[in-house]
Amino acid sequence: MASERPAARPGVARGRVAAVAQGLSAYGLIVRMWVRSSLAYRTSFVLMACGNFAANALDFVAIMLMFSRIDALGGFSLPEVAFLYGTSGAALGLADLALGSIEGLGRRVRDGTLDTLLLRPAPVFAQMAADRFALRRLGRITQALLVLGWSLPRIEVDWTVGRVLLVPLMVVCGTAIFAAVYTAGAAFQFWAQDAAEVQNSFTYGGNAMLQYPPTVFAKELVRGVTFLVPLAFVNWLPALRLLGHPDPLGLPGWVDFLGPVVAALMCTGAGLVWRLGLRAYRSTGS
Amino acid sequence: MWYAAVAAGSFRRYATYQIATVAGVFTNTVFGFIVASTYIALWHERPHLGGYDQAQALTFVWTAQALLATAALMGSGGLDELQERIRSGDIAVDLYRPADLQLWWLSADLGRAALQLLGRGVAPMAVGALAFPLALPGDPLTWACFLLSVLLGVLVSFALRYLVALASFWLLDGTGLSLISGLACMFFSGMLLPLRVFPGGLGEVAALLPWAAVLQTPADVLVGVLSGGALVRGLVFQAAWAVALLALGRLVQSAATRKVVVHGG
Repeated sequence: MASERPAARPGVARGRVAAVAQGLSAYGLIVRMWVRSSLAYRTSFVLMACGNFAANALDFVAIMLMFSRIDALGGFSLPEVAFLYGTSGAALGLADLALGSIEGLGRRVRDGTLDTLLLRPAPVFAQMAADRFALRRLGRITQALLVLGWSLPRIEVDWTVGRVLLVPLMVVCGTAIFAAVYTAGAAFQFWAQDAAEVQNSFTYGGNAMLQYPPTVFAKELVRGVTFLVPLAFVNWLPALRLLGHPDPLGLPGWVDFLGPVVAALMCTGAGLVWRLGLRAYRSTGS
Repeated sequence: MWYAAVAAGSFRRYATYQIATVAGVFTNTVFGFIVASTYIALWHERPHLGGYDQAQALTFVWTAQALLATAALMGSGGLDELQERIRSGDIAVDLYRPADLQLWWLSADLGRAALQLLGRGVAPMAVGALAFPLALPGDPLTWACFLLSVLLGVLVSFALRYLVALASFWLLDGTGLSLISGLACMFFSGMLLPLRVFPGGLGEVAALLPWAAVLQTPADVLVGVLSGGALVRGLVFQAAWAVALLALGRLVQSAATRKVVVHGG
């Protein structure tokens, strides 16, 4: 095998591309199936999407109620907090839509239905990410984008092309970072099947934290989400730069632009953990 | 005695999910830290907002996290199982049992709440008390009143969730209603923001709704905002909603069981 490797390299590369393409097409097929099935009960679907929208809107209502009593929270105005809220919510919403269902892995390990996925000729990751694909999650994304749209003309930023482009870049990198968190959390369930809720701390908890200015939190917490689970790159660091607020940790300025690098590293790491988990998986073996 | 056995069984059943309990404690604690941080900033801007000082506001945060699972503040709390039994028709079997449906599920819910108060309530509260200056009462009597208030809150919470579950007799798919009632509970219980902080009329109306009895009243008892006559009024407010909603549950239950048609032959 080893002697064949150099000659086979182009083939390996092509094989990998083919595998990714196959995974994506499987993902697309399963997603389409779930979308069709959820649209079969149209009223129920509309209700659930509205509920998803309302659940998140209430979050923002709480923030607005807070601001009915104050002018600034941690030195940030309501539009600035809305900007943080919108960018983080959109990123989490997109990641949740794309592969949030993967957190159901623990249940599948427990009841043994994961074995069915292992037998199918498609990557388990693609199958799990598309499992029970929930189009209703568009509700959260819509709500977050509305809040973001509301905030944009109201924040005091001297808009240049670079700064305008920074906003969609933030959302894309943020989505990738949250996607990595979802994947790593799901992979963790290969070992601890009942611990699905821990993941909520990092996804919903991270989102709840990123909605507020970093100045509100203790330094240790901010350090934790910068260096340990680098969620700060979803919106805090680029937003501080954009809004002209000083960084509470006093990191060098170039760190604000590391979002894409952090996102790439996290996705790679999460991919490795997923593989490790999948390899470690032993069925009940009856 | 029947029902005590159901409650004990439910307690034991939830006790078996140990990793899930630990995971829940972890999540409640993380959220506690996040919300507590924002409240410190909020009360720093406006000290004595809503009549709480900062320590009382922080105690509210950790009480909310401690009661999140116990009082099923996000809805469900095991009653989605009843909803599913109604949808699938298994409820017919339950109706044949020589036990009252409402009491059966109430016992199960009390068993669940007791376990979750111990398993998911005590630990976050302890962490919160270590990490932040909380306004926890020193005398055992206030603690006893708090526990009584929590019990009444769980009764109100159960009565509301039971009504939602029974709605499945007419709606079949109750997911939408569960979602709405969960949202209402999150918002009007004070989970998202203490009702005392709500501005003007909204705050006054919210304080009269049943959801206020689920979290706001127990938290007010614990932080010491309610004492003497106000404390008694608070407990009576909770008890009144509990009795009214449980009675309504009975009415709906008898209407539902008269209506039930089991599919199939």
